[in-house]
Amino acid sequence: MKRRVFIKKGTAAGIAAGAAMALGNRSGLAAPVPPLAGYDMVAVMGGSPEAMFDLGIQSIGGLGRYVSKGQKVVIKPNIGWDVTPDKGANTHPGLVKRIAEHCFRAGAKEVYVFDNTCDDWVRCYSNSGIERAAKEAGAKIVPGNSESYYQNVTIPGARILKSAKVHQLILDCDVFINVPVLKHHSSAKMTAAIKNMMGVVWDRRFWHSNNLHQCIADFTMYERKPALNIVDCYNVMLKNGPRGVSVDDLVQMKSLLISPDWVAVDTAAAKMMNLNPEQIDYIKIASRMGAGTMNLESMNIHRIKM
Amino acid sequence: MRSGLLKRIRIFFAVVFIMATAFVFIDFRDILPDSYTGTILYLQFVPSLIKYITLPSVAAAGFAVILILTLLTGRTYCSAICPLGIIQDAGSRLGGLIRRRFRRFGYGKPYTIIRYGILVITILVTITGGIYMVSLLDPYSIFGRFTTYFLKPVVLLLNNAIAGILNRGDIYSLYRIDIKGVTIAAYIIPVVFFLLVAAMSVMKGRLYCNTICPAGTLLGLISKVSVLRINIDHSGCTRCGRCALACKASCIDFHGRDIDNSRCVGCFNCITACREKAISYGLYRGRLQSDGYVPDEGKRSFTVGLLFLLAGIGDAARGRDVPVPKKQSTVREKKNLPVCLPGATSIENFLSRCTACSLCISACPKNVIHPSIAEYGIAGIMQPRMDYHRGFCNFECTICTEICPTGALMPLATEAKKLTQLGVARFIKENCIVHTEKTDCGACSEHCPTKAVEMVHYEANLVIPEVTDDICIGCGACEYACPTTPYKAIFVDGNSEHISAKKPETEKAVLKTDDFPF
Repeated sequence: MKRRVFIKKGTAAGIAAGAAMALGNRSGLAAPVPPLAGYDMVAVMGGSPEAMFDLGIQSIGGLGRYVSKGQKVVIKPNIGWDVTPDKGANTHPGLVKRIAEHCFRAGAKEVYVFDNTCDDWVRCYSNSGIERAAKEAGAKIVPGNSESYYQNVTIPGARILKSAKVHQLILDCDVFINVPVLKHHSSAKMTAAIKNMMGVVWDRRFWHSNNLHQCIADFTMYERKPALNIVDCYNVMLKNGPRGVSVDDLVQMKSLLISPDWVAVDTAAAKMMNLNPEQIDYIKIASRMGAGTMNLESMNIHRIKM
Repeated sequence: MRSGLLKRIRIFFAVVFIMATAFVFIDFRDILPDSYTGTILYLQFVPSLIKYITLPSVAAAGFAVILILTLLTGRTYCSAICPLGIIQDAGSRLGGLIRRRFRRFGYGKPYTIIRYGILVITILVTITGGIYMVSLLDPYSIFGRFTTYFLKPVVLLLNNAIAGILNRGDIYSLYRIDIKGVTIAAYIIPVVFFLLVAAMSVMKGRLYCNTICPAGTLLGLISKVSVLRINIDHSGCTRCGRCALACKASCIDFHGRDIDNSRCVGCFNCITACREKAISYGLYRGRLQSDGYVPDEGKRSFTVGLLFLLAGIGDAARGRDVPVPKKQSTVREKKNLPVCLPGATSIENFLSRCTACSLCISACPKNVIHPSIAEYGIAGIMQPRMDYHRGFCNFECTICTEICPTGALMPLATEAKKLTQLGVARFIKENCIVHTEKTDCGACSEHCPTKAVEMVHYEANLVIPEVTDDICIGCGACEYACPTTPYKAIFVDGNSEHISAKKPETEKAVLKTDDFPF
């Protein structure tokens, strides 16, 4: 074999093998997201977080549409702060518990809950009430405190955040459910579904110092995406977010938004807070990058009032 | 009493105290309730004494218990309670395994000038200058530093190895903890003392305790008149010297059948070593031979002169004020004062009471407390400060204030702590991402628990931080979160006195929410 031929053939084989490996890695979550039963989004208002979830998920045919028997599920709430549930800075523990219960009912083998917290993680997990709630439902609470739990991944479609260290659970699981709490955010203006992903990566400082909005949007290009976004809008922090100073910052909206489209769910969430979604850069950028739609008119939304 | 039981009792207490004390420092899972820490460390002589001087109370009277114990039993504290003493016994045992020579002690003359010199200098310097000699030499604090800087990382390493295996097996009851360490310079003192104590104990038993340790020397003075002590029965003694060879303190002069009780640490090894059963522990029977002691006046005045000289040097080393770093270019963070820990009330109070045992450093869940190098002046080396480049103070946490054994940190209720201003955030616009990159950031404001750091309108759609001084508590969350390097765009300048911050004003948020807005 001539050297030139060898190189050509070798390169071709290498590309083929590399592509096969890359595709093989993706296969876990590459399956298209099943549509909600006739609806693109469900919005519930007027009940407890648990009751609203029961009703909302039922209206789209149950969590079994997203979670199959024997699967490993990750629930990613916001557990960023060492505060009690009444402060509205973390996802409602009752909601996390109920989602975990639905996962098990759908046949999930394991349900994991974690976050890369801002305050001391042990205190956050405990004082948010989420550790107890998750354990009561039979879910495993997993630490996110050490860099060794994170693995470097590449984000092909990203403009700036071309790689990030992602928690290994996100890589290992079969299904991933994003359960943020809706809050005001001092720099990003609002945090809900898309921004909640800052808690699955290790180095947030990079995001902050390299065009925050673009990085937040860039992460929507990462191949592992949540099957479902469930936005807790029960006690909504309208100012002093994302940590909050007092309960005066909250308005009780008693609402819940569910959608596989996180751009759409964030658009709706912004409107819940009386914000103009057009002015929240990362939502606009993510939409432009094709992560979802901001056009709620084009969506079939099921609105439920309890 | 001649029984070997005494030695076994000593070993029992030694094991209990060393395990409990080490656990207090290594407890990285915070298993031990904070109130137990005080109980376990209650009898540590120097911390208790300092706490008592600050705040006389029964809760700080552990040192008095030790004084009475010493008066009754001699320096049993050094053998059964002092953690540094106990690990030296382990070191000395190790020495015996390495070389036969190291396990045969024999009588040694006391280094009288050095030991009393160090004691007197320490006392003088502490009264006139500051606590740094105590910090340097207090055996409990030395042990604390060994545990914090050397042993705990090893335990964490072990934990991480086991956690790694368990985590792979989907079990998360153990979790990995990143070992962060402290700045290199902070290891100098612990390493030097570790080498010193290790070498002395491996080769010479309790030479350190009887030559350098001021607590040992002080208790030695008291044990000179203790009620119970080791006695040699002259009728039984054959002057075989086995007791002297077994004596870690090298305090048995078997030729003269005399025991230097100021150096005897009450280990009772001599009792077990004596084949004639001529050594017993009991009421002091009086010295049978006159030792013909004549004080040497020249030596005395020399010693006193030396002490004053050293005290003077010590005082000079302290520096009168907390240092002001040299003013640098516009973007360097210029901290006028370091940030001192919550519960300290003021930098001055803290520096005068802290012995740098490092317990707070070890217990802090946010890795924000670090040993200082020169921030408090060179005399404050190893005394802890808040290092906001490495962590920030968890708003709701008060652990450090609750466990301090010397009272350098006083307990703060959570609500009080949340209003204690350790310092104030200072913003350097020239360093800020929003200013330099024209992109949003806001990491500082995001982390601020009181919203003393708030994002206000800047250019176009951008927002930039602004600090409201009177509600800032100086927790350092902003400084830690700030992504700029090497200098932060926001930093906390310490308060010399910790004052009360204003409670943030709140106003009820309103929004009509009876229907979906989409």
